[in-house]
Amino acid sequence: MILSTNLKHVATSAEHAETLANNKNVMICCGRMGPMCLPVYDVMEGLQSEYSHVEFRDMAFDSPEAGVIRNHPACRSFMGLPFVVYYKNGELVAATSSIQNRDQITEILDREF
Amino acid sequence: METKQYDVIILGGGPAGLTAGIYLARAKANALVVDTSTIGGQTVLTYEVANYPGVEKTSGYQLSSTMRKQAESFGCDIVSNVSVSNLEVDGKLKSLTVNGKIKYESKAIILATGGRSRTLNVPGEIEFKGKGISYCATCDGDFFQDKEIVVVGGGNSALEEADSLTKYASKVTILHEFDYFQALGHAVEKAKSNPKIEFIMKSHITEFHGDSKLTGISYESLDLGKKSVMKVDGVFIFIGYVANTEKLTDSGVGLNERGEVITDENLQTNIEGVFAAGDNRAVRYRQITTAVADGTIAALNTLEYINQ
Repeated sequence: MILSTNLKHVATSAEHAETLANNKNVMICCGRMGPMCLPVYDVMEGLQSEYSHVEFRDMAFDSPEAGVIRNHPACRSFMGLPFVVYYKNGELVAATSSIQNRDQITEILDREF
Repeated sequence: METKQYDVIILGGGPAGLTAGIYLARAKANALVVDTSTIGGQTVLTYEVANYPGVEKTSGYQLSSTMRKQAESFGCDIVSNVSVSNLEVDGKLKSLTVNGKIKYESKAIILATGGRSRTLNVPGEIEFKGKGISYCATCDGDFFQDKEIVVVGGGNSALEEADSLTKYASKVTILHEFDYFQALGHAVEKAKSNPKIEFIMKSHITEFHGDSKLTGISYESLDLGKKSVMKVDGVFIFIGYVANTEKLTDSGVGLNERGEVITDENLQTNIEGVFAAGDNRAVRYRQITTAVADGTIAALNTLEYINQ
């Protein structure tokens, strides 16, 4: 199960692990093709050239494989799509729930990466 | 810094801005749409659009994408998800700077900056956004299966979304500041006939409570001043929109007391060559159709202005 965005996708938990292993800075938006998620994918697409040191990916929220994000302790209290997670050297360093705008996302990217 | 020239800059890529882009580009004007966020504006955040004439049910995203493609097909340039600084509109040449790198100049500008959901602006609202507080029933409704929730507002969105949320929630309480609803009769009747919906009128939320997620609210009766606390798992907020005009505050463009742009019947502001269109204007109704109409009128008057 993958999303119809122009981002690179994470389809399985194995791919999730591989992405974290092969990239120092990773941002993954775990969502659906819905109103709160689409603007976040769009912002990520736009940031790819500006933040070439960050790997931008998405993951389908309803895929059983997305449990690796949905069930992460940092996301336990989340009740709004999308779940966005940021990893540095394989460790989760930030996570947000619900829609975020460009400024909110770049604030985290600049702070963590 | 790189400088680029256009006949018209349109600030905002929602239905008003894209429509203006379509009309201007089709008339062979050199037009640029600039948006600080995703192209489509509030429309992208609309799950389903069912009342746009000529189009059967579609998603807001799909409708926006089609408008964007139309504008681009006529030669309109579009840039999105950029930060805008140094907006200068009071001279004969209008200009804005994007990402601190590119300066765009034009003979005229259309301000189509749109609006955004109004927030309650009470303690805890930012902290619990996405952790019990939501602004989209279709996106987040299923997180509240068999939970007790509150819907804030009394307009069509609030009442219709409250009704749809009863598919998930065990109980929905509509909390509204007035003793009447602004929603249309059919929406009020449907909500009132839903056995899962209760009402608290003439009251407002004063604080959100919780730890890692929302667990309750404090609210106050506006006529009696009585303060109460309610345990809830979620709160959905639908209390209208505010105009995105913060960047215009020091620009010289005339705004009313609510920060909405004041225009004449040609949609020109108090500054020559500066027009406005869509949800940022001081108008009563804010629909995709009214934004599209505004975009058309602003574009045609802008064409007349730049060709005079």
